[in-house]
Amino acid sequence: MATAYDIAIKQAKPAHDGRAPVIDVVNLRKSFGIHKVLDGINLSVNRGETLAVLGRSGTGKSVLLRLIIGLKTPDSGTICICGQNIAGLAIDRMGEIRKKMGFLFQHSALYDSLTVAENVVFPLEHHRRDMSRFERNDRVKQLLTEVGMEGILEKMPSDISGGMQKRVGLARALALEPEILLLDEPTAGLDPISSGEIDDLILKLQHERQMASIVVTHDLHSAKTIANRLALLDQGNVVIKGTFEDLQKSDIKFVKEFLKQS
Amino acid sequence: MSNRGVIAAEGLNPPITERCAETMPNVADTITKLVNGFFEWFGCLGIFIWKVLRAAVTPPYEWREIIRQLDEVGSKSFPLIALAGAAIGVVISMEARYSLTRFGARSMFPATLVYSVIQVMGPIMTGLIVSGRVGAGMGAELASMKVSEQIDAIEASAINPYRLLAATRILACILMLPLLTLAADASGLLTGWFAQTLVEPLSFHQFIESGFQGATFSSFLPQTFKTAVYGLIIGTIACFQGMRTRGGAEGVGRAATNSVVIASLFVILADVVLVKFILVVFP
Repeated sequence: MATAYDIAIKQAKPAHDGRAPVIDVVNLRKSFGIHKVLDGINLSVNRGETLAVLGRSGTGKSVLLRLIIGLKTPDSGTICICGQNIAGLAIDRMGEIRKKMGFLFQHSALYDSLTVAENVVFPLEHHRRDMSRFERNDRVKQLLTEVGMEGILEKMPSDISGGMQKRVGLARALALEPEILLLDEPTAGLDPISSGEIDDLILKLQHERQMASIVVTHDLHSAKTIANRLALLDQGNVVIKGTFEDLQKSDIKFVKEFLKQS
Repeated sequence: MSNRGVIAAEGLNPPITERCAETMPNVADTITKLVNGFFEWFGCLGIFIWKVLRAAVTPPYEWREIIRQLDEVGSKSFPLIALAGAAIGVVISMEARYSLTRFGARSMFPATLVYSVIQVMGPIMTGLIVSGRVGAGMGAELASMKVSEQIDAIEASAINPYRLLAATRILACILMLPLLTLAADASGLLTGWFAQTLVEPLSFHQFIESGFQGATFSSFLPQTFKTAVYGLIIGTIACFQGMRTRGGAEGVGRAATNSVVIASLFVILADVVLVKFILVVFP
């Protein structure tokens, strides 16, 4: 359910600054055993742009995100983040690239032995040692306020709902002020109202921070709401890339079927 | 033609050679899988150790996590170790008194107790108890973090999980095992002396003086500090099993069990090797 805010934001053009894309994936391949998951994927995302990656379950959408953040290594192809190819980078060099990225996991992946505040401060404690404890705490409060989760600082992740966990996960992903935001099924398992709230939140953050984002989802409504462009995956390939209107106009049978069933 | 021959001829029950030919590939497959699994496990362990070593020697160092793990491994294992050491002290005291009395060597009691506790029982008992308590705990904790993507989240936050999770835990085990062994030894000697005193009064001063008579540092220190190797084994196996877990709750359970079983087995094997090594190096 798109709010007026969504519509206003959607109409704003992504900030193409004429430079190389922030994320550039070329001919990416990944197999698990004999099962080809990604078979020559090409896509790019510019600063301020949100790309939604859609597709049936098991088509390698989450694998694509994990390859981009370096949690998995590709069989072949290149992934350039801010102009740097990350394939084969050593773990510490990869760490420097990862500081530019925020990742929201499908099941939030909050540290269950830490409180909400400790979860959000975790990346700051490790990478912003120049900040004092008070500054870090202020930053945590500010981030949690930004995602609408003020007042739950001392709660444990198990004591909050799935939607709240997603918001806290989002606050953690934003802690290092990333240039890139990767969202793995941000609305999966949430009721329509919570999904709408998460979509609004993502849109708001995108508008304010102008990050390059990739959202993996199979929720077409959510994709339509938050993304500038959509890419539909099937059998390891991008079947179509473009705006939602481009998808609607497409004559490809799979695209029609996907839109009809969604 | 015999009955078996008729059945074989009619194709109802193939002759034994054919049946063997059918079963043999299965047996061969199973053996191949087992051998492959064995070498794969050691290969993965080698890669894991290399990654942990590389992470451990490069900054930034995770001091806070090391202190937390020292507390987790040391302070929280202390009561159990002290209690087990106390029980062992009493048992050795009772057994030794009975045996030494039979052989007319009661005066040897303090030395027997001291050497039994410090050289034999204290180190191996500490190793096995810690591999049970800490090995299972670490294995399950890391496995649970692995299956709930928390380890991936750490990595995605540009933090090296081998440094934060594995190196700190392994280091804590290495540092704490000798200290826990000292605690077990002290507790065992104290209760052993106490059990003896109940039967036949003996001052603690006399007991210690007589027990450590002629002993040198090399009589006890290598035996105590060899437990650092047990710590290395326990920490490494528990972290390795935990961080390679797959398969939800069942995987977590399997990781915890495997951590304890494999670590205990390796501790016992290491004890055999280290005892021989110490006897050769410190004759």
